[in-house]
Amino acid sequence: MFALANPKRFMDATGWMLPWLALATLIYFAAGLLLGFTAPPDYQQGDTVRIMFIHVPAAWVAMMAYGLMALCSAIGLVNRHPLADVAAKTVAPLGALFTALALITGSLWGRPMWGTYWVWDARLTSFLILLLLYLGYIALWNAIEDETRAARVCAVLALVGVVNLPIIEFSVDWWNTLHQGESILRAGGPLIAGVFLWPLLLMAAGYTLLFFTLWIVRIRTEILERRARAILMREGA
Amino acid sequence: MNSFFAMGGYAAFVWPAYAVTALGLGGAAALAWFFHARAMARLAALEREE
Repeated sequence: MFALANPKRFMDATGWMLPWLALATLIYFAAGLLLGFTAPPDYQQGDTVRIMFIHVPAAWVAMMAYGLMALCSAIGLVNRHPLADVAAKTVAPLGALFTALALITGSLWGRPMWGTYWVWDARLTSFLILLLLYLGYIALWNAIEDETRAARVCAVLALVGVVNLPIIEFSVDWWNTLHQGESILRAGGPLIAGVFLWPLLLMAAGYTLLFFTLWIVRIRTEILERRARAILMREGA
Repeated sequence: MNSFFAMGGYAAFVWPAYAVTALGLGGAAALAWFFHARAMARLAALEREE
């Protein structure tokens, strides 16, 4: 893992990896969508159950992205490694995107099932806070000119925000929420039927692969831009 | 085919959810590739000049 933390090695390793990641993403998305749209309507939720195949994976990836951002921030703070800072910086917009998609698709699912697009219950509110944390992180990074200082300050914000992850996860257990309780990643096994579980898992794999593909592309872009800036600074000196 | 698009009467919620997702993820992928290609071209041009 740390062997890849050298920008040149990272560029070499990810150069050949990207097309395969992109291909695997497309395959999982195609399989997930095929099974998702051929699954029968749910006996209670009808065809709105198909929103689950895009809502739940977006929420999972949004939380995973924050965990990874905090991990990279911690490595950047402790090891002072610039690639960790680049990784943390580049994951934030992706995390914000997946969080926004989870909120929007959840809202569109909530209207026919709950009778409302939004309610200030613990799960929805803590997820909105996740979006605000991402946006705050991005805004803070853009507000500080010195990249090293920006990385340090933003790393602290990212680490403080980690407290929100268990709140999101356990909000449905700790408080009485309109949002349903955990039905997939639970001790007694998933509560949903296999005909819905398989497309959900395939879509979750597709979302995860897409996230890592885009993250790698964004890290590579940031490395290339930093190299270009270094050349321009040398020429200017 | 019509019943498929009708989504059991929930088309107004299911299709917008998929449309927003396709737009968001597709847009993010297109932008990521565009900026990556632009950064590669810019760096190559600077290295040639150097």
